[in-house]
Amino acid sequence: MRKLALNDEILLKIEKPARYIGGEVNSVMKDPESIDIRFAMCFPDVYEIGMSHLGIQILYDMFNRREDVWCERVYSPWVDLDAVMREQKIPLFALESQDPVKEFDFLGITLQYEMCYTNILQILDLSGIPLHADVRTDSDPIVIGGGPCAYNPEPLAEFFDLFYIGEGETVYDQLLDAYKANKQAGGSRKEFLEMACRVEGIYVPSFYRTEYHEDGTIAKVYPVYPGAPERVKKQAAVTMADTPYPKDPVVPYIKVTQDRVVLEVQRGCIRGCRFCQAGMIYRPTRERDVEQLKEYAYQMIKSTGHEEISLSSLSTSDYSELKELVDFLMEECKGKGINISLPSLRIDAFSLDVMSRIQDVRKSSLTFAPEAGSQRMRNVINKGLTEEDIIHGAGQAFEGGWNKVKLYFMLGLPTETEEDMEAIASLADRVARRYYEIPKEQRNGKCQITASSSFFIPKPFTPFQWARMFTNEEYIARAAVVKHAFLNQLNKKSLRYNWHDAEVTVLEGVFARGDRRTGAVIEEAYRLGCIYDSWTECFDNEKWMKAFENTGIDIEFYNLRERKADEIFPWDFIDIGVTKEFLRKEWERAMKAEVTPNCRSKCSGCGAAVWKGGVCVESKN
Amino acid sequence: MKARIKFRKYGVLKFLGHLDVMRFFQKAMRRAEIPIAFTSGYSPHMIMSFAQPLGLGITSEGEYLDVELAEQVSSKDALARLNQTMAEGIDVVSFRQIQEDKKSSGMTILAAAEYLVLPKEAEKSALREYNCIRPVFPATWEAQIGAFLAQPEIVVLKKTKRSEKEVDIRPMIYDFHMEPAGICLMLAAGSEANLKPELVMDTFLSFIKEEDMKLHYHRRDLYAKNPKEDDAGFVPLESLGWECDPAGRSL
Repeated sequence: MRKLALNDEILLKIEKPARYIGGEVNSVMKDPESIDIRFAMCFPDVYEIGMSHLGIQILYDMFNRREDVWCERVYSPWVDLDAVMREQKIPLFALESQDPVKEFDFLGITLQYEMCYTNILQILDLSGIPLHADVRTDSDPIVIGGGPCAYNPEPLAEFFDLFYIGEGETVYDQLLDAYKANKQAGGSRKEFLEMACRVEGIYVPSFYRTEYHEDGTIAKVYPVYPGAPERVKKQAAVTMADTPYPKDPVVPYIKVTQDRVVLEVQRGCIRGCRFCQAGMIYRPTRERDVEQLKEYAYQMIKSTGHEEISLSSLSTSDYSELKELVDFLMEECKGKGINISLPSLRIDAFSLDVMSRIQDVRKSSLTFAPEAGSQRMRNVINKGLTEEDIIHGAGQAFEGGWNKVKLYFMLGLPTETEEDMEAIASLADRVARRYYEIPKEQRNGKCQITASSSFFIPKPFTPFQWARMFTNEEYIARAAVVKHAFLNQLNKKSLRYNWHDAEVTVLEGVFARGDRRTGAVIEEAYRLGCIYDSWTECFDNEKWMKAFENTGIDIEFYNLRERKADEIFPWDFIDIGVTKEFLRKEWERAMKAEVTPNCRSKCSGCGAAVWKGGVCVESKN
Repeated sequence: MKARIKFRKYGVLKFLGHLDVMRFFQKAMRRAEIPIAFTSGYSPHMIMSFAQPLGLGITSEGEYLDVELAEQVSSKDALARLNQTMAEGIDVVSFRQIQEDKKSSGMTILAAAEYLVLPKEAEKSALREYNCIRPVFPATWEAQIGAFLAQPEIVVLKKTKRSEKEVDIRPMIYDFHMEPAGICLMLAAGSEANLKPELVMDTFLSFIKEEDMKLHYHRRDLYAKNPKEDDAGFVPLESLGWECDPAGRSL
């Protein structure tokens, strides 16, 4: 029986002790004596969030297939345990072996959202690993980052030894082999980093320097170690059929956010919405083979015993074999009490038919993501959805018995006017009107239309990467315009409107497009006590503002100016295939409210064709 | 068919709460391909009921859940399949067919629970395979237990989620004696009367003016009133089921 890192007294005092005990079904145990590389894979948030992430499950499975590697999991201790560990000086441990993270060869941290950056420092600090990479020694693990936020790693550059840019399935083996060879040859940490920077897709931040203009913008970024490449090439798994998939994912004991089998049907998205980073960095869109997916689904249901299976992708309706896959799953799940969930589906006759067969229409709500209220604004963001699509889809749903609709919007988009803001309310009202066109005796009571808005944050590698943001006050004023417009609608009693927090938006904006200098703010905020910033109950904006003040970093510089066409961005040294020229062309089309067709209807020459895969090579007539 | 599953929960899984144990078994049933029956409707759920939740931190070798199956299975086969899919700290002891009627469900017939109480540091010897060499509590406690039980009533403040009330726990203590391995408690359990072992021991320790003693609680079994007798005899829930073969014959 394994010995736990925490004693009974602690475990009985803290919330949900099962977060920290490991030993879940399908978790992997190995004998550390027969292992060359111990890898601690970390999601810097609480267990329930971290365990819901597919990417980590993929890498965990892939690493553990190697006999010489033991990959274990690490999550952020919740604030209650965090306090106990600091007070009693208990080092952070990995769940499987319960051994201290500091004893591992690698600490891999996934970077999924900016507001977990202070939790990265928490992980390092509790592990007893120096926060700054340059003072780590051969006895510290190699700290490596990956995931979507690694596409602008600069705010975190000081804290990481390496970043892996792109999809993990391609060069990890090469990196681990290099590590093993260096370890066996008695090489130093520095020697390993020198080997690592030669692996395509690996970025060693300490081998690069940034020079700035007097106005604070970047003058140049260049390698100072001769072996380091000028540009780091994003990694993409060109043929999905060859990539490993976790057929026996770890089954958590406690209820996690994504407590189900997750089947990734495709990677990437053909749509090209101009605000969406995932739509650009995961190009080209690559579908998985439907026969392979059926096999995965069957095996994963069997090995986990989960009661739900969910299809995952950025736009499931675009998966060309969707009907066949859904029919298979419905047949397979029948009578076994297994639910099917289909997020990110376009509302049309097919999806409504599927949904009416798999869920209780009266209880469920339908979700549309028009993202913007006016057609002009939707053209600016290149969201192909028209008002007619929405009203038509909602109408079909209402006639099928649904009466709850959720609508998602963004505020603060480039070129947005007051008219565009008010259009959110009138669009919601028109959906409600469509409901009340149905004769009263055929209706299912009143309808409930809930509109939510979040504030737009420009992300690297999107056509909107040049866009300006706004102040906290301005965001709230914009939400107030929308709120006010809702009060003037005919069906206001059937409409609800709520908006997301603006303070967090401002911070996310700084770190999404921040340069190396912004790392100091993260460190200062952490020192002032910030962790779990994505949790409203923990977020403390005052401390963050103090951190900006103490470090002299100016929020305005990062958020309030529209960047010049030729400005060098901190992330420009990364080559994602999609070119900066294409993104700029898209920005200009956005300014003219011109729509760009999706990848399947017409290739726009974005540059992703260099991968020679997926939608770029689908039967070209 | 209806079946009663007896399982043990120990080691690191003593930190798993009751709701999570339920979730664990729901998933385990699917992994083991036990043909469990579902309720009808849009969100069907497994027909499954636990005899009694186990408190966090308590280990047990006598936990029970009753399940309804859509098809007949054999005890031997179901037991083997379930144990192939268990985790470290939880395993199935027996899988037995039980009477179909609702009155026979474990939750309904539960009447008593037996616990072994031992010093925290001796926790490992709770499971019977560890032999205990020296008595773990002072021999003087023998007499003190006698005096404790000889009180005409033992009134304590019982706290529930909603209220606090004074209760005489003496009638709910069916047995309280010393063994080499620790203290054995037989306490009322179930919907009519239910007594937690911690409450008994806290009351006893303050009665003998012993303070700051850290204890571990281990549940040995759950019992129903013996259906064959009119007196107060108890039988383990397990004994009311029978091992069955694939055709449903009793073995």
